[in-house]
Amino acid sequence: MTMPPVFLELFVLALGILILVLESFAEKQDRKIFAIIGIVGLAIVFLVLQASGPGPSGMASYVVDSAAIFFKKIVVVTTIVVLIMSIDYADTIKRFLPGGSAQSGLGEFFALPILTCAGMMWMSSAIDFVLIFVSLELVTISFYVLVAYTRRNAASLEAGVKYLILSALATGFTVYGITWIYGVTRQTNLTQIKDILPSIPLDNQPGLLFGALLVLIGLGFKIAAAPFQFWVPDVYQGAPTPITAFLSVGSKAVGFIVLLRVVQSFQSLPAVGDRLITAIILLAAATLLYGNLAALPQTNFKRLLAYSSIGHAGYLLIAVAAIGARDSGLAVAVYLAAYLLMTLLSFLVLVIVTAHADGDDIVHFNGLGKRSPFLAFGLLVAMMSLAGVPLTAGFLGKFLVFKVAFETQQFFLIALGILTVGCGFYFYLKVVKAMYWQPAPVDAAPIPVSRLSLAAMWIMVGLIFALGIFPQFAIGLMPLASP
Amino acid sequence: MNLLVHLTYLAPVVAAIGILLGLPSRRTALIAALIALGAALIVFIGYDRAHAGYQFTSALPLVANWDLKFFVGVDGLSATLLLLTSIVEIAAIWLAPKVDYGENRYYACLLLIAAGAAGAFASLDLFFFYAFHELALIPTFLMIGIWGSGNRQSAAWKITIYLSIGSIILLVGLIGLYLLPPAQARTFDIVKLQQLASASPGTFAGPGSKSVYILLLIGFGILVSLFPFHTWAPQAYAAAPVPVAMLHAGVLKKFGLYGLLRVALPLMPEAARHWAALLLILLAGNILYVGLATISQKQLDLTLGYSSVMHMGYIFLGIASYNVIGLNGAALLMLAHGLSIAALFAMCGELRKQTGTLNYLDLGGLGTSMPTLFFLFGLATFASIGLPGFANFASEILVFFGTFKNSTPGAGFNEYQIVGTIALWGLVISAVYMLRAYRAIFMGERQARWQAVKDMPMNLGWAVILLVAALMVVGLVPRTVLDAIEPGIRLFAK
Repeated sequence: MTMPPVFLELFVLALGILILVLESFAEKQDRKIFAIIGIVGLAIVFLVLQASGPGPSGMASYVVDSAAIFFKKIVVVTTIVVLIMSIDYADTIKRFLPGGSAQSGLGEFFALPILTCAGMMWMSSAIDFVLIFVSLELVTISFYVLVAYTRRNAASLEAGVKYLILSALATGFTVYGITWIYGVTRQTNLTQIKDILPSIPLDNQPGLLFGALLVLIGLGFKIAAAPFQFWVPDVYQGAPTPITAFLSVGSKAVGFIVLLRVVQSFQSLPAVGDRLITAIILLAAATLLYGNLAALPQTNFKRLLAYSSIGHAGYLLIAVAAIGARDSGLAVAVYLAAYLLMTLLSFLVLVIVTAHADGDDIVHFNGLGKRSPFLAFGLLVAMMSLAGVPLTAGFLGKFLVFKVAFETQQFFLIALGILTVGCGFYFYLKVVKAMYWQPAPVDAAPIPVSRLSLAAMWIMVGLIFALGIFPQFAIGLMPLASP
Repeated sequence: MNLLVHLTYLAPVVAAIGILLGLPSRRTALIAALIALGAALIVFIGYDRAHAGYQFTSALPLVANWDLKFFVGVDGLSATLLLLTSIVEIAAIWLAPKVDYGENRYYACLLLIAAGAAGAFASLDLFFFYAFHELALIPTFLMIGIWGSGNRQSAAWKITIYLSIGSIILLVGLIGLYLLPPAQARTFDIVKLQQLASASPGTFAGPGSKSVYILLLIGFGILVSLFPFHTWAPQAYAAAPVPVAMLHAGVLKKFGLYGLLRVALPLMPEAARHWAALLLILLAGNILYVGLATISQKQLDLTLGYSSVMHMGYIFLGIASYNVIGLNGAALLMLAHGLSIAALFAMCGELRKQTGTLNYLDLGGLGTSMPTLFFLFGLATFASIGLPGFANFASEILVFFGTFKNSTPGAGFNEYQIVGTIALWGLVISAVYMLRAYRAIFMGERQARWQAVKDMPMNLGWAVILLVAALMVVGLVPRTVLDAIEPGIRLFAK
């Protein structure tokens, strides 16, 4: 590729703006066409990413390593699936929007995720705290709008306010942390921070650690790690479902790439790096326990997925805490890829089912196995993978996480992990139980599914098994040992 | 020829997918089971006993730098267990009753359980060895939950949570095992691991090996219902549909024991000796405590469920003895117990279908109205107690010889002999509860309420006869099986 690497982000940005502009001129057009344009545009971006390899970027604050490319792929795929879900969700959106025509407001709903996607792509490549911060804000501000999008729905508004306040607080922590780090190192660039750290005098190390911990808190909010998870259940439940999926996959993925890069660069000064790892171990333990134990009594499927999202952040944090192991970056990457597939698959089925039910509780899935065997099978595969049944992608992720944890002797986290995997089997199988054990309501008819959603579902089911059965396939897709 | 082994698990998997997509359920399932049985028989007969080792192997490399591949093949032990799997599989499918609701899913789940067991026994790679076994977990959950009887929901939850925690402990143990050798020698290949262990015995005897072994022992132990991790089994078997109880108690549960014989014992003899005393105490719990619990049961399905837990104690006794005779006995008992418990669960299901109850107080005097069932149940009961002529006798006697062989000359009774003596009393316990069940159900006055009960139809009887006949053949000529098993065991035991 001879074009500058930021070209892709700019292209995505232009795509989003293009859709916004076109939308304002298309009075009568069916707005769903804009989602299709977005999907096609992002698919092109994905193909270009697939063809490109790591190389020099020509900028100090921006890298094009294999990790950046991999996370960009994750982000782009997530956005594509979110747009597919949004098409199915369009009718629900309209119900909760004031406006003259039946179409008003839909265009922005399709355009904003694309702008968010651009921000996330920047974040994947950012190695300078300034660029990290700016792209983080691009992502967060688009999410403020998206979360509260269905503004006639009180739950959505509540979610929006909660997200706004807590996210702003987290941003504050991040900026304050960056300031401390800058104060000690006089650098914002992670590569230079890494080089300069060993020469930091002992007196300044507490300040450095303080700054790093503040950044960790800010990122902990992004990745939904306990104890910074308060916002997750309410926001996930209140936000429009496609946006919930976007939050839980995209936001988490970029949070982890930044976390990996920061932790990695602090390893050059063991006095601080080791304490940071200790903090991450504590964070992982709290997140594992909170996410999985609180998921046990849930009866609402969206809240269940919210707690499951917290729980999976815990497993991912185990892999980050095991950063000394050679495969630690690989474990994070594989786990995130698996997490993307199984979570988006769950949300996709959720959107389709709730469009034809009057709620999103687990009871609304009763008898789905009989009503719509294919949808039920898709959700069964997603639940198996989330629980970590072998031969699915989720198992490969868990396997790698436990492997790197064993290699770095994190026996405490392993013991917790054994316990929480057991919990996971219970609450994921609760959904399976509803679908297959319980009878369907008497008036239940088969659920119609659009061809696009069905294709997306089968592709994700296929990929879940492909990653689970051919690990090389997963590793080949993401050629990285550590970022 | 080498690809024959693949048929044992591939035929059921393909058939399950076909059934879900619309092929006729029962016929497809039976054809698949027949193909699997044929393949397993050819492999078992064709296994070259003179040359021992792993045969019928084929491998597909998957991840080069972890040395992970899809590696399938058999030695005598796995060939025997594959044969057991496919015999029980075809009997279970043959006996599957008419299903009112979701017949295609019923047969698909059944086939997947069988495929999971067969795949686990055929895999020579740690990753897939583990993965195949857990493949059966979700179908079991679904089958007990949907088509089970009695307290099926709580039973389904219990077995699933127990087994998933057991599996994850096992997974951690297997990862630990994988990480024990130095970095360049790490491999998932079981054959290479065994060669590594015999070439340089120190590889798996390092400081971490004892912890890894105990993880494996507990992980595998939970899957085999080792005392005190056994409480999932009786309830689940009592609630499960008949074919599931047959497959799970008969075949799938043997995976844990197979794992110990295949992975833990050959690789870590030191650690195995270190933990032998603990294992002896636990297995005494299986035999004595669970044995007494079995006596107090008032229902046939629970009696059989508990008895299957209790009999695991004898297999563990053979494993703990760690000599050729004892291990031979353990391996043979896996086959014998699998066949006999499958036959008993099959007839238990028939009894429930005819009378609607399994409670000893309600039943009685059925011998005259159900002569075929009476006769076959008697044979299976005698086999289960360990009467000579059946495979159970041949294997139990080997287990006891193996146990008592571990003596310290001139030092009186050691822990092996003490537990061995306790275990001998266990035989009396199992005679008590099985004969009591037999008497309560079939003997006594003919009761008026059971006048209308019909005997087991002969077309169902064939499935049971197949199982009992296999028990007798192996019981009368145990060498047919032992010749295949023994060379593999001699590689690591004396």
